[in-house]
Amino acid sequence: MKITELFQRDEFVITAEVGPPKGIHIDHLIDDAHKFLADRVHALNVTDNQSSVMRTGSLATCKVLKDEGLTPIFQITCRDRNRIALQSDVLSAALLGIENLLLLTGDYTTLGDNPQAKPVFDLDSVSLTHAVKRLEEGFDLAGNEVDGEPPKFAKGAVVSPCSDSVDVQLAKMEAKVKAGVEYFQTQGVYEPEKFFNFMEKAKQFGVPVQLGIIIPKNVGMCRYMNANVAGVHVPDDMIEELKADKEKTKAGDTGVEICARLIKECKDHCQGVHIMSLGWENRIPEILDLAGVAPITK
Amino acid sequence: MLITQLKSKEAIEALAQGKVVIINCHGCKEVYFAEHEADALQKELSASKEVTQIITTDYICNPDNLKLQLKKHMDKINAADTILVFSCGVGIQTVAAQFEDKHVFSCCDTYPLPGFQGVTPLNVDCAQCGECYLNGTGGICPITACSKSLVNGQCGGAKNGKCEVDKDMDCGWERIYRKLEKLNKLDAMKYDVPKVRKYGNPDAE
Repeated sequence: MKITELFQRDEFVITAEVGPPKGIHIDHLIDDAHKFLADRVHALNVTDNQSSVMRTGSLATCKVLKDEGLTPIFQITCRDRNRIALQSDVLSAALLGIENLLLLTGDYTTLGDNPQAKPVFDLDSVSLTHAVKRLEEGFDLAGNEVDGEPPKFAKGAVVSPCSDSVDVQLAKMEAKVKAGVEYFQTQGVYEPEKFFNFMEKAKQFGVPVQLGIIIPKNVGMCRYMNANVAGVHVPDDMIEELKADKEKTKAGDTGVEICARLIKECKDHCQGVHIMSLGWENRIPEILDLAGVAPITK
Repeated sequence: MLITQLKSKEAIEALAQGKVVIINCHGCKEVYFAEHEADALQKELSASKEVTQIITTDYICNPDNLKLQLKKHMDKINAADTILVFSCGVGIQTVAAQFEDKHVFSCCDTYPLPGFQGVTPLNVDCAQCGECYLNGTGGICPITACSKSLVNGQCGGAKNGKCEVDKDMDCGWERIYRKLEKLNKLDAMKYDVPKVRKYGNPDAE
């Protein structure tokens, strides 16, 4: 199933992110996906060597999830592959029946656990989207014909609504839409006001946007994100809230409440929600219950 | 050693809008500069466009030297709508940085040859990509000012205007956006087909 079909039916689209492990044992990931996500999210993003940390591949994990009856979204970054490998992997995805893509530029190599690696960035999120669109039209990026029926995907991308330079982000968003992006997932949002202002401006592009949610696990994580993670800012009162009841925060309940509140507040301004739980997949059903988002109907 | 090759006559003519000042750099012995072709083309431009001054000087890559050399031409430069620069990529960026409010355009593409690369100031760099992007980016090079050498705009990695790779480095695309905003040229970031780098050998057509 392409998630663009859900947007077209005006469904509030729920997705969650899972990260393949650094190793080949993914039973745990699959068990969690069945237990906590199968009835609650429409599709699962599979990260592509997230934060430039080398792990099992996104495409292979997508295929495993698909065989398990789940709907994967294949995240592809431009950091590790040139245009030949990227286009080839996009065709491979089609061959394996994977229909949803999320197209990203990717974090820089030095941020990860193999900082000596060569950064590629032959294409970027915009030109990669263009390349996928060309494949859908039956040609590769160089204009060579692709044999037989071309593939068709739901093409997604990301944007940072709470970036300190949101106008620059909106310009990039426009370029992505022009290149063929059909839905957006946002970077983590903690400031609803900024999100509303962003959506007011993003409306003109006529493309569905899913609110990005990162579960705030503790104060240290929030401070780290404020100092280091682009486009993410946890306001002081939220940090105070996490500080207030240490036991509750430690149990994860404060973070769950904050996420539910953010979803509730922003729900009417967007077309879905994308939850980045960073290992806390088991808390996602609770967040959605608290936010008043019903289990999905298949 | 590097080679600067003229952009096409049509491309250069399209850039020559309003009152035009032309700056040639003949400074660096490490650069092969298409002097005679440039001269012929500028004669044609002078006949068809409003060229108010042609300046030929040297080492425009050095900001202090550039300022000194242009001193006696400042009346013409202040009155100009467009400055066309015939030099390597470093020279164009230095001129663009010097005249923040002017439309400064590159008339050359710069290709590398192995060996020593001539005199460059420390804060500006030309990667000799052979497909000069400076005309669409306000004279700030996306290949060298962006850690990822992105050509279609900012990635999601900038925080407080700084690059995710090096917190002491300004985000190149944020600089480009602000410069285009200042020049009222943000439309330069709106084009139909995304830009894709050409890594093939430029001689192997």
